[in-house]
Amino acid sequence: MHDKSAHAARHRVPPTGFIRKYIFSTDHKVIGEQYYGLALAAVFIGMVLSWIMRIHLAWPAAAIPGMQLLSKNGAPGGVLTPEYYLQLMTMHGTIMVFFVLTTAPLAGFGNYFLPIQVGAEDMPFPRLNMLSFWVTFGAFLVAIAAFFVPQGPPLSGWTAYAPLSALGEVAGPGQGTGQVLWAVSIAIFCVGQLLGTLNFISATLDMRCQGMGLMRLPLTVWAWFITACISLTAFAVLMPACILLVLDHVAGTSFFVPSNLVVNDQLQPHAGGSTLLWQHLFWFFGHPEVYIAIVPAMGIVSHVLITNMRRPLLSHKAIIYSMVAIAFLSYMVYGHHMFVSGMNPYSSIAFSLPTLAITIPSTIMVLIWIGSLYGSKLRINTASLFALGFISMFVSGGITGFFLAQPSLDIMLHATYFVVGHFHLVMAVAALFGIFAGTYFWFPKVTGRMMNETLGKVHFWFTFVGAYCIFMPFHYLGMAGNVRRYQAFVDDFMAPLMPVHKFITIAALITGAAQLIFLYNLIHSRFWGELAPQNPWEGTSLEWSIPSPPPFDNFAGKLPVVYHDPYQYDIEGATNDYVMQDSPASINSVRGEK
Amino acid sequence: MGKVFAATLIVIALASAMPIILHTWEPPADISTHGRLIDEQMSETMAEAGVAFLAAQLILAWLVWRFSNRPKNEKIQHFPGGARGLVAAAVLVVGIEVMALGIFGAKAWAAIYFTPPSANALPIQAQAGQFAFYFRYPGADGKFGPIHPEMVNEGNLNFFGLDTTHDADSKDDIVTAELAVPVNREIHLLMHSKDVGHSFFIRELRIQQDFVPGLDLAVHFTATKPGKYEILCTQLCGLGHYNMKAYLKVMSQSDFDNWLKQKAALQ
Repeated sequence: MHDKSAHAARHRVPPTGFIRKYIFSTDHKVIGEQYYGLALAAVFIGMVLSWIMRIHLAWPAAAIPGMQLLSKNGAPGGVLTPEYYLQLMTMHGTIMVFFVLTTAPLAGFGNYFLPIQVGAEDMPFPRLNMLSFWVTFGAFLVAIAAFFVPQGPPLSGWTAYAPLSALGEVAGPGQGTGQVLWAVSIAIFCVGQLLGTLNFISATLDMRCQGMGLMRLPLTVWAWFITACISLTAFAVLMPACILLVLDHVAGTSFFVPSNLVVNDQLQPHAGGSTLLWQHLFWFFGHPEVYIAIVPAMGIVSHVLITNMRRPLLSHKAIIYSMVAIAFLSYMVYGHHMFVSGMNPYSSIAFSLPTLAITIPSTIMVLIWIGSLYGSKLRINTASLFALGFISMFVSGGITGFFLAQPSLDIMLHATYFVVGHFHLVMAVAALFGIFAGTYFWFPKVTGRMMNETLGKVHFWFTFVGAYCIFMPFHYLGMAGNVRRYQAFVDDFMAPLMPVHKFITIAALITGAAQLIFLYNLIHSRFWGELAPQNPWEGTSLEWSIPSPPPFDNFAGKLPVVYHDPYQYDIEGATNDYVMQDSPASINSVRGEK
Repeated sequence: MGKVFAATLIVIALASAMPIILHTWEPPADISTHGRLIDEQMSETMAEAGVAFLAAQLILAWLVWRFSNRPKNEKIQHFPGGARGLVAAAVLVVGIEVMALGIFGAKAWAAIYFTPPSANALPIQAQAGQFAFYFRYPGADGKFGPIHPEMVNEGNLNFFGLDTTHDADSKDDIVTAELAVPVNREIHLLMHSKDVGHSFFIRELRIQQDFVPGLDLAVHFTATKPGKYEILCTQLCGLGHYNMKAYLKVMSQSDFDNWLKQKAALQ
């Protein structure tokens, strides 16, 4: 029972000024939207970069209109120089991985819905939460600034392998200031993530409303909680790695540079560092990062599917335990990125087997999703289509992991387009499908208006078919031996593969253009969409028990009490076929059982 | 709409599998003694992955076809066996299958990396630098002279930083821009990076190994078929990365001896 005075003390007054309300807001919902907005801006920048790269790969001599405005030296007359291709590629990877796939699924949706779904009126540390967004935004500005320094952004890829990334301007254009800006940006980004994850973890553990036991949390909350736990430890390793990299540039240290390196006939003034150290630190973060992108999508997809199947999953716990298992294993497998790196070959086997073991929880999840479709009453709408698309993409992208987990096959596939196809499908496309499913599903709650379903479905079809047309052929190219991170295929062997590259480029242009339909739908529906009811999809979790859009403190000062597991669908005797989590009626009485 | 999704998914799944079944794009034929194990492991993995891929996509398509937009009065049915059966299948069938793949597949890796080169393997040093490979043969004395990084001077063609005036072992070292090897003779390739990370990839030889600055590594292989094959750099090394390549020339022992003599005369 809540004490009335304690209740009054908790009640907060909504801010009135524009700046406190929309800019420096401590409201988790505004922060969630800010993160989503940042990811949206970033994803379009990243997509345009991928367009430029794809056009250049398919037609290397073609002038791309307007490119010379972005960089006079990087694209004289609009034709990309080899170094500028690599610089754009670096920024594409960096922007997509950090500012899209890390921010939208976890920080965007998680910030908005985790407090509501656990029955809290905000995050436990609202000011840290606000800080986490603005720190992340600062990191984004620093990363973008790299475009505008004299030598441009770094060309060392989003993995920034040392010593290429540590030697400075002598190693190539952008390797001086551009690389330092990159490392500073990522280090700042890590700070933002650490502040954010503290909130996620403590909100899940400490802010649950009365009756909300851990097993009563929706799968989305579990996914965000698990992801926050991974983030906390992964970014805590990446941050010092980036700081050491900056020191190698500005303080004359040699953390990642060994002695006796000669660049342009000049002996480099470094000694004692280790190049593999960077790879270990980077991938210790880098592999968990894959799950930071995908695990929230698993939660969102489960949540969306359950609501649209009108039944709970065959097992709630199997999904939770599988996500926990994946998170745990994610730290034990990072070495599979380094099979041919010169690491001790015995350790390759030690990294290979846990990688293959990830197949087990992944398969459990897919079988639970698919098995739950059996006998369900699946409602097809844009959100459920994207959720189904996620399963298909997750399977397609995940299965190629069988190959890359084996060091002997990695000899042939490492650094080829097979890897590019694999991680784009399983990490990028699957996670984006999770983001899209979440967007179409929760948009009515966030804005109080419905998205246009027809436009949504058109968007789905272009994206679903388009993503396969782009990323499936990448695997074929890789199997044939087409290596990645080349700005042109001057190689005797790869020239005959050019038609495939052209096909991919055309598919990428069309699929990318179709994303404008989504953008239009998002903006148009926000202002002119049909008004949304409180619970348009007949969901059961707490976000559907409050008005759309939710009031400032979510539950109008009165915290909810939860009586049921999160997904009480298929309840015979209920007015509809479901019972809300905060409905006091017992399921048996609804069913008419004694 | 559910049926459209199902039909589209079936088309996508079959179309994706078609180039694999028809062997439309394949790596070039293997010319190494160890490559057969890799190729066999690749085929086995492809078979298992292909079955899993098609099964998952087609079952997903069928379920969406069958259970989407059902009439209101129909009841929810439950999957026979429930979650327990599915979890057991995931652990026992898929888990054991995949783990077996990894454990048995490790022998291909072991054959390459866990076995030392034979005593009579021919040592050759490979050096990678922005953006070219160079190779060094030890000459008649069978010894490589030491590298002096401060003496590297590309203008003087001293790619390795050799001191031929003072180091006796360096005097007969032979430096080339192409890698010639005798057929059916084991090669012990000593890998040295001059500046940043690079990689050594020959598709036909089923070899890929990074050059790691500060860490001299080695691989060993035997080429079984005479010919000319591309050596590519596969570790992003800077603006000229895409153009960093050399050639492997596999030749008969007598051709190799003549080639080496010619190169020695040019030093």
